[in-house]
Amino acid sequence: MRLEEHPILKFDRGPRVTIYFEGKPIVAYEGETVAAALHAAGVYHLSDSQEQHRPRGFFCAIGQCSSCMMVVDGMPNVKTCIVKVKDGMSVQVQRGKGDLGWSIEK
Amino acid sequence: MEHREIVVVGGGPAGLCAALQAARLGAKVLLLEGDDRLGGQLIKQTHMFFGSEKQHAGTRGVDISAMLVKELKSMDNVEIRTNAMVIGRYDDGALTVDENDEFKLIYPEKVVFATGASEKMLMFANNDLPGVYGAGAVQTLMNVFGVMPAKKVLMVGAGNIGLIVSYQLMQAGVEIAAILDAGPQIGGYLVHASKIRRAGVPILTRHSVKEAIGTDMVEAAVITQLDESWQPIEGTEKTIECDAICLAVGLSPFADLFWQAGCEMKFIPELGGHVPSRDENMETSIEGIYLAGDVGGIEEASAAMVEGYLAGLNAAVSLGYGLAEAEGLRADLKDQLNDLRSGPVGDKIRSGLAKLQDD
Repeated sequence: MRLEEHPILKFDRGPRVTIYFEGKPIVAYEGETVAAALHAAGVYHLSDSQEQHRPRGFFCAIGQCSSCMMVVDGMPNVKTCIVKVKDGMSVQVQRGKGDLGWSIEK
Repeated sequence: MEHREIVVVGGGPAGLCAALQAARLGAKVLLLEGDDRLGGQLIKQTHMFFGSEKQHAGTRGVDISAMLVKELKSMDNVEIRTNAMVIGRYDDGALTVDENDEFKLIYPEKVVFATGASEKMLMFANNDLPGVYGAGAVQTLMNVFGVMPAKKVLMVGAGNIGLIVSYQLMQAGVEIAAILDAGPQIGGYLVHASKIRRAGVPILTRHSVKEAIGTDMVEAAVITQLDESWQPIEGTEKTIECDAICLAVGLSPFADLFWQAGCEMKFIPELGGHVPSRDENMETSIEGIYLAGDVGGIEEASAAMVEGYLAGLNAAVSLGYGLAEAEGLRADLKDQLNDLRSGPVGDKIRSGLAKLQDD
């Protein structure tokens, strides 16, 4: 959910774009991080822990804790709390360490 | 490869002020910030600051940031680069920088590291569930991106960060289930605590979280009372319904660059962990490397700003700028720091800083 009214702050959102979470379209605004847009859409489970496959979500918001690493446009281990949305971006829950096959193809 | 006079690493309160002071004295300054926005934690602070007029008391953090950035941008001898994360400092003085996904080398004559701090974790069962957030992360969601972090939050930590973030959550329409603190007393300013208590939110001292409950996401928290040796008292557990547990249990300095540079480091719990040694001019054990702000010890943003001015001043003076006014400015800044650190709220930082002098 996004805040529309705030007693002190005014939110100047960028142009509206669409990102795709597990194929499902989600409204986002330019300038937002991927994790913020997902949170606003009610998506809290961002990755699975590597050994016990426990759900992991947003935690530090400054690119340090690795809890929000997802597969973005096919690239694994993207810190979605600091990476900004782009129109048409595809985002998936990361399960395990991530497959680096994408970099060889590109 | 680039050569620069003064490079300031970090565009938060300390870094902005370090860049400003050095530039005001005439030095050529490059400010590097890893994020795409300047201001660091200031841009999330909607409350008015304390301190004195010199630290912009009575002004909201977000507005202080805008003022500092405006002055910096008006100066010809300052260059600001965002999305420029300093990732290393090598023995020949080189800084390695990841700037918009490009790798760059910058050689500064003097450098000020004002890299800030990161949130501490707290040990309890299921603390990795989505819905357990650092207080800074909650502020980012809510005050930077305008996203509601949760509906009902259990806040852990009644220091200034826990109290202020609780109040900000309430302003955004989020319910606070309770605020816990493991200590016997509320650590933050009473003025913040009373505002929250007046709104009917319980602040429970000698309490902590034992467990988060939920399958995909936090659904509740089990809290427990602590005895005088900080141990849980059996039989005092209570379950509190909430969809988020917010941790405001302290910060750790982001000191990696000092470690890599080989600066002398000391472990001082009162300052938040490992911090670089420094002289009274904010210079580390390596000549030409200065520090300012939380990276040298966790404190209020007001102190970070004054330390920034002091580090920027001394870096500029070491290059021969501002020699005439240096002494007066330096004395004034040191007085301001002493004022900010006076009284019982400054006990911890004063004792930490005293330990820096021990061998």
